[in-house]
Amino acid sequence: MSSSSVKLVETVAGMLPEHVSAPQSAKIIRHPSAPKEEVKASMPTPSAKARPVWLARISDFAATVLPSILLLVVLLGFWELACSGEEATLPSPSKIWTESHEVIVHPFKGVTFDTGGMHIQEGGDVGIAGHILTSLGRVAYGYGLSAIIGIALGVLIGQSRTAYRALDPFFQVLRTIPPLAWLPISLAIFQQAGPSAIFLIFITAIWPVILNTATGVQNIPPTYRNVAKVLALNPFEYFVKIMLPATVPYMFTGLRIGVGMSWLAIVAAEMVQGGTGIGFFIWDSYNSSLLTDTIVALVWIGMIGFALDRLVAFVGRRISRA
Amino acid sequence: MKVRSYLALEGISVVFPTANGPFTAVENIDLSIEKGQFVALIGHSGCGKSTLLNVIAGLTKPARGVVFLDGETVDKPGPDRAVIFQDHSLLPWLTVEENVRLAVDKTMAGKSKAERKNWVHHNLELVHMTHAATKRPGEISGGMKQRVGIARAIAMQPRVLLMDEPFGALDALTRASLQDTVMEIQSQLHTTVVMITHDVDEAVLLADRVVMMTNGPAAGIGEDLPITLERPRNRIEAAELPEYNHARHAILHFLHQRYSNPLDEAA
Repeated sequence: MSSSSVKLVETVAGMLPEHVSAPQSAKIIRHPSAPKEEVKASMPTPSAKARPVWLARISDFAATVLPSILLLVVLLGFWELACSGEEATLPSPSKIWTESHEVIVHPFKGVTFDTGGMHIQEGGDVGIAGHILTSLGRVAYGYGLSAIIGIALGVLIGQSRTAYRALDPFFQVLRTIPPLAWLPISLAIFQQAGPSAIFLIFITAIWPVILNTATGVQNIPPTYRNVAKVLALNPFEYFVKIMLPATVPYMFTGLRIGVGMSWLAIVAAEMVQGGTGIGFFIWDSYNSSLLTDTIVALVWIGMIGFALDRLVAFVGRRISRA
Repeated sequence: MKVRSYLALEGISVVFPTANGPFTAVENIDLSIEKGQFVALIGHSGCGKSTLLNVIAGLTKPARGVVFLDGETVDKPGPDRAVIFQDHSLLPWLTVEENVRLAVDKTMAGKSKAERKNWVHHNLELVHMTHAATKRPGEISGGMKQRVGIARAIAMQPRVLLMDEPFGALDALTRASLQDTVMEIQSQLHTTVVMITHDVDEAVLLADRVVMMTNGPAAGIGEDLPITLERPRNRIEAAELPEYNHARHAILHFLHQRYSNPLDEAA
């Protein structure tokens, strides 16, 4: 479990530059103010010739990122001003920095890496990254299960009209149940915190995977089916060579929604059952009246959720290109 | 006992269930095609040409009648009756080479990897597409896609090649160049071909025989015209021959006087 969470984090880090470069290259082509001819030629504009490519890239990158950074600074400033008074109920950014200093600068407390992989210290006293890694491990299990079973069920109801008619009403009802509502049942079934958290993630993330995969299978163009028939592909060959590749974009739409929902579910699950994980961290900091720690955790959760979403999108793009 | 032709349709009727009751698309069609013959099926839209082609392909089951290919009955689709679809239907996630490869791997499963690779290459050469072997369908033009569609079909070494309005979606110049390629390939392979077309010139130029279909519902064969122009045919020279113009007129007369477009009459 621990080694898989490390892998996840590594890939997240590895994929970030790729993601950042995507919008900037799109910017070059689709700049609204550029004249039409220039758009078509894209390369030989005089200014692009004069400047080296790397400089153009950096300035383009800056143009993409700068507005967000400026807005962040403005908002932080506003927040600082609004919450600097004695009676402020929400801690200001500077207060967060001083009070949660330990949490911010030592996220890996209690986490050790060696040749045997990663070890998270037992007991509650670990840094925030340790909690995040524990949570990511649970997500990896629950989400992995929901991806495999969700795709299988999606293919089933996409292929078979009877299966669709039988199962779709249940899926439509079950998918509206919020993650927290599953918790008592989950705890009753599994009796233990770990498996029930994984079940909670699984049951939350699986619906979009099933429904989007099914839509993808139903939307395979009839001509592809005819090609398969003329080639006399057997069901297995049809599945691997036609159905899977034709469905991948839909599948990854579902997987992307699913990973977001699983991250929502893990926080909810850990808040109630305690022990370890980022959800527990928030609950714990709330109980200890450490509101500043909670805010730090929120930032971490947002960043990791964003990274997970981009990671799945990236994998999807890679697979549909391959 | 009578001797059946290489490809023989006997009493074919196709009925589709619709909301307003059963709809008879084609009725009681008999058609005998000799080995190596190039037959063009021509008729107005909705006359059941595609339905008939799908029956030969095995994609549509006839309500009545039987299709015989080389003495065996046809009841399901298979690579011995390769289809070239109007929309080329190449798989967009595969390269040009891989698209043809998919067909070759399936039909030449016993052959070595190198042999199969060579065969893919050979067929891409026939349609002049080796230069784009590693491109994906999204990166090449409509005419080039259809060339690949042809390569994929002939790479299966089919007993019958079925073409469903193969050049219908292409502009006139591209179409002419693909027609030339098809004639070139046909002069080498002598495959039995059934081609659906809307284009009178295309039918006369390419086919040994033009089968004209009456308007649906319950369409049938109206006329069966042999085209005896010598091969190889050249579109410019052929257009000046009286025989060519005679055939052309006969088809135009059939399509626009005896069986004019049903939609025009309704309007």
